[in-house]
Amino acid sequence: MLRFILQKILLLIPTFIGITLAAFMFVRLLPGDPVTILTGERGVDPERRAAMMAQLGLDQPLPLQYLDYVGKLLQGDFGQSLATHRPVTEEFFARLPATLELALFAILIAIALGVPAGILAAVKRGRWPDHLVMGVALTGYSMPIFWWGLLLIMLFSTGLGWTPVSGRLDIINYYFEPVTGFMVIDAWLSGERGAVASALRHLLLPSIVLSTIPMAVIARQTRSAMLEVLGEDYVRTAYAKGLPTWRVILVHALRNALITVVTVIGLQIGVLMAGAVLTETIFAWPGIGKWMIEAIARRDYPAVQGGLLFIAVLVMVVNLIVDLLYGWINPRVRDGR
Amino acid sequence: MKKHLPATLVLGVLCTFTQAHAAKTLVYCSEGSPSGFNPAFYTDGTTFDATGKTIYNQLVQFEPGTTQVEPALAESWEVSDDGLEYTFHLRKGVKFQGNKDFTPTRDFSADDVLFSFNRQLEKDHPYHKVSNGTYEYFEGMSMPDLLKEVVKVDDHTVRLVLNRPEAPMIANLGMDFASIMSSEYADAMMKADTPEKVDTDPVGTGPFQLVAYQKDSMIRYQANPDYWGGKPAIDNLVFAITPDNAVRWQKLQAGECHHMAYPNPADLKTMEENPDINMLSQEGLNIGYLAYNTEKKPFDDVRVRKALTLAINKPAILEAVYQGAGKVARNPIPPTMWSYNDAIEDDPYDPEAARKLLEEAGVKDLKTNIWAMPVQRPYNPNARRMAEMIQADWKAIGVEAEIVTYEWGEYLERSKKGEHETLLMGWTGDNGDPDNFLAVLLGCDAVQAGSNRARWCNKEFDDLIQKAKTITDQAERAKLYEQAQVVFKRETPWATIANSVVFEPERKNVQGYKQSPFGAHYFGNVDLSE
Amino acid sequence: MKLFDTGTLAVTWGYFRESRGGLVGLAFLGLVLFAVVFADVIAPFDPTLQHRDALLLPPVWNEAGRWPYLLGTDAVGRDLLSRLIFGARYSIFIGMVVVSIAVVAGTILGLLAGYFGGWFDTAIMRLMDVILAFPSLLLALGLVAVLGPGLLNAMYAIALVMLPHFVRLTRASVMGEKNRDYVVASRVAGAGNARLMFSTILPNCMAPLIVQATLSFSNAILDAAALGFLGMGAQPPLPEWGAMLAEAREFISRAWWVVTFPGLAILLTVLSINLVGDALRDALDPRMRRS
Repeated sequence: MLRFILQKILLLIPTFIGITLAAFMFVRLLPGDPVTILTGERGVDPERRAAMMAQLGLDQPLPLQYLDYVGKLLQGDFGQSLATHRPVTEEFFARLPATLELALFAILIAIALGVPAGILAAVKRGRWPDHLVMGVALTGYSMPIFWWGLLLIMLFSTGLGWTPVSGRLDIINYYFEPVTGFMVIDAWLSGERGAVASALRHLLLPSIVLSTIPMAVIARQTRSAMLEVLGEDYVRTAYAKGLPTWRVILVHALRNALITVVTVIGLQIGVLMAGAVLTETIFAWPGIGKWMIEAIARRDYPAVQGGLLFIAVLVMVVNLIVDLLYGWINPRVRDGR
Repeated sequence: MKKHLPATLVLGVLCTFTQAHAAKTLVYCSEGSPSGFNPAFYTDGTTFDATGKTIYNQLVQFEPGTTQVEPALAESWEVSDDGLEYTFHLRKGVKFQGNKDFTPTRDFSADDVLFSFNRQLEKDHPYHKVSNGTYEYFEGMSMPDLLKEVVKVDDHTVRLVLNRPEAPMIANLGMDFASIMSSEYADAMMKADTPEKVDTDPVGTGPFQLVAYQKDSMIRYQANPDYWGGKPAIDNLVFAITPDNAVRWQKLQAGECHHMAYPNPADLKTMEENPDINMLSQEGLNIGYLAYNTEKKPFDDVRVRKALTLAINKPAILEAVYQGAGKVARNPIPPTMWSYNDAIEDDPYDPEAARKLLEEAGVKDLKTNIWAMPVQRPYNPNARRMAEMIQADWKAIGVEAEIVTYEWGEYLERSKKGEHETLLMGWTGDNGDPDNFLAVLLGCDAVQAGSNRARWCNKEFDDLIQKAKTITDQAERAKLYEQAQVVFKRETPWATIANSVVFEPERKNVQGYKQSPFGAHYFGNVDLSE
Repeated sequence: MKLFDTGTLAVTWGYFRESRGGLVGLAFLGLVLFAVVFADVIAPFDPTLQHRDALLLPPVWNEAGRWPYLLGTDAVGRDLLSRLIFGARYSIFIGMVVVSIAVVAGTILGLLAGYFGGWFDTAIMRLMDVILAFPSLLLALGLVAVLGPGLLNAMYAIALVMLPHFVRLTRASVMGEKNRDYVVASRVAGAGNARLMFSTILPNCMAPLIVQATLSFSNAILDAAALGFLGMGAQPPLPEWGAMLAEAREFISRAWWVVTFPGLAILLTVLSINLVGDALRDALDPRMRRS
């Protein structure tokens, strides 16, 4: 097992170097420079522009800039946002909890609905519940979620007034110091009556939107995993022994559901991050997705660079954990490679 | 309804707060996150609303609702006859705010003024490079060239010495980059080895003090009980950061906020019909225009420029692009600005005359481009749509135009170099002085600097505006600017399209809010009725 | 087995026909393709023509709507139905170009990597890992920011983001096939590397590639629409569906039709492609044929 873990981690090193290089090059290739954006319609004379570029370290040759960049990375310095003059690390981690909270809820919703739906479809294979679940799942999978979000807002927020329009809390009536950055937990810690409910109400629509695609994938995967198992001999034997259907299904379903969910989370973390960009844009959710979009628009080099790097590393780490979990659940994977 | 008692708030100052009445919290749906909390570093109005209009004061300020300058931290001032020395008499007994790291021991004094200006002016000032600061606006307004030195005459008198006479100077000092910060706080933080706290944990003399900022989410202030202008009527002020204008409107309707910035033109009608909403409106200090690149053929010919201008159906643009939130612009400066020449007639919409003029100029089958910026600006809510309409109008007189767009930074950069043939652009005024439009956008120097995007250098026009800069008497200056506008209209370097009207919807229980011609949002004299 | 001889095609079609969803998808897709080809004939108006007397008209069945603006008009008076019909062209065009680029480039890289192995294989696969480490939409966004917003650049970016899937798939198939008897036989018979790769091995790896291409087709349409929505893809006045949604966003509380229809068009098109893709996978996958 240890060898397996080490091997997985070693494999990540060249990828990681590639990522730093990619994040670095990417941002250097952007047209227009931050000084131009900073000065807007007014413009700036060449002399002062040169001075500003020098101050930002943008006048050095590219390879030097890269070495400088990596050197600082290794010391945990991800640079300063040009827009706010604050460290990128600070900017990123200030917004990360909002995104994590959203993503976590989305995944919870996706699992809570996707797994049972998938099991149901497998058990009722070929009959109407199967067709219904698969139809809904494929529709969810085909959904342009930015439109889905707009539609839900149009219906539930502006139309029926059931859910708040945007934000994370009713700020007229509640205020407390952030402790964890997770609004639901902070609201609970604050002990103010109704705060948790308010936070949950704000979280509802965005997390539904974000959960749409993972839910569809989970339902489909659970179904096919279940079908495979239901065809196996030992399940037939279990049936033959006269065990009740629900027990057979549940016992084997649980294990399969677990594997499916772990795989899907691993595969979907990237999808989830991409979805977060769109969802956060639509719901004005103060997370890293929205922050990245704005940083790209502002030509905030270090912020885009740092953000991309953090996200890529996040994806890598999650994938690693999933790989390891997978190896742990399913020893064949571990020894087979 | 649950009222929140701010007893849980962190700042020690809050202990003075009594719980005799329910706290009044006003929520303002703002359009974006502030870039930071030192207004001298930045150029965006969003940051100024959150800093210079709440936490800080300046030596002078603009009388609410006007572009007229009135005393603020300076009670009065004199200008020497040669226009080179400005002497300010400072207000006494003004208290700085405090925070968990700092409790002020003295009142506002000349030292604070010196600190605030010298930090930006002197390259070797100990605070000059703190927080990697760039003093964009200070530089942009040419302050380093203008200011020779700042002299402390006594504790309550400061003298600004200039290198050359500059009539708009007083107006400059009312701008947010000239906010006054505490030198005592700066010294204390320098001693504690945390100088950048001056910029992140702001301490000012303004009506509100910062309680908390949650990035991209909200800024929370509380009223400054010792404010020299009297404690504000509201107890808490919250900026709910909501970048999408449709969402802001939805929140306002739902009562999730009381006042909002920059409504979507498409929603104006619904807003006006809503019984819970008060709609404030005022022409903004801005202009949206189409610049002809006068260095390129055939746009060097005034007849061509005139013809293309005559072919543009401005009322249709105002309807479809501004959706009523704009007025047809006649002059390069907005009508709320002094020296606006009301006698000038606008070019009518006349495709027939346009065609004739083109023929006269010998231009046939003209193929050109229209550059349209990719972003929404206060002076132009939708440049794309505007370009599409102009394209259609020009097609009607036989001119084929291709719409070109670049990402905003590239757009600014390329247009500065004059790569365009015709270009949509605009400007929002900084300080209410006509010089800030006419010299910055149309002066000969500005061709070199790039902000004159028509690349139009006219001797007659330039002489008039240069002369106006050196005179302190406003009536005399106004005459020169009026003449300059006549020259502009004759030469048509731009097709002036529109001055946008700034709308601000608020809930009916908001009392006393005054719109600023600068597009700023100020809540110091606002109250909430039940 | 060869995929393209008529016998196999007939068998595949036989299985495909069993899927009702696949048929429905195929039918709708046919409709979309019809719109793509005959847009000029069937669309009532030029999609960029502005009817200045008909701004933001609702669909005809609404009492404020009027003929001939069947689905209403947008903020500058362009006929929504015409824009949707022409929009189909962009979406299908985007899908085809993106998938073609990704399939061709991905297959070649995958073939080379799988066939030659060694450091070349490692380098290619590490590069693909780097691409995969970034969430696809974010990477595409970043690339478009570098290349400049626009439809073509968005397509390149999406194609690049999809590349790794094809590379991995081809490589895996090639590794599985290259030591099989028929390949070894060809080699012994004196076939060169190029011939081995392209005419011997490749045709036998086609089935999974076709399924992946179909699924990528729908993803390409979705991603392009998302980029258009974020202002980084097709630029107005192009009637691309995502860009139309971006323009429509400001009317969310006033004109439901400009928000609803473009999104519905995306959803239905993507859904029908996915239906076809699913049916195709089942038809091509022998394991699924058991039932």
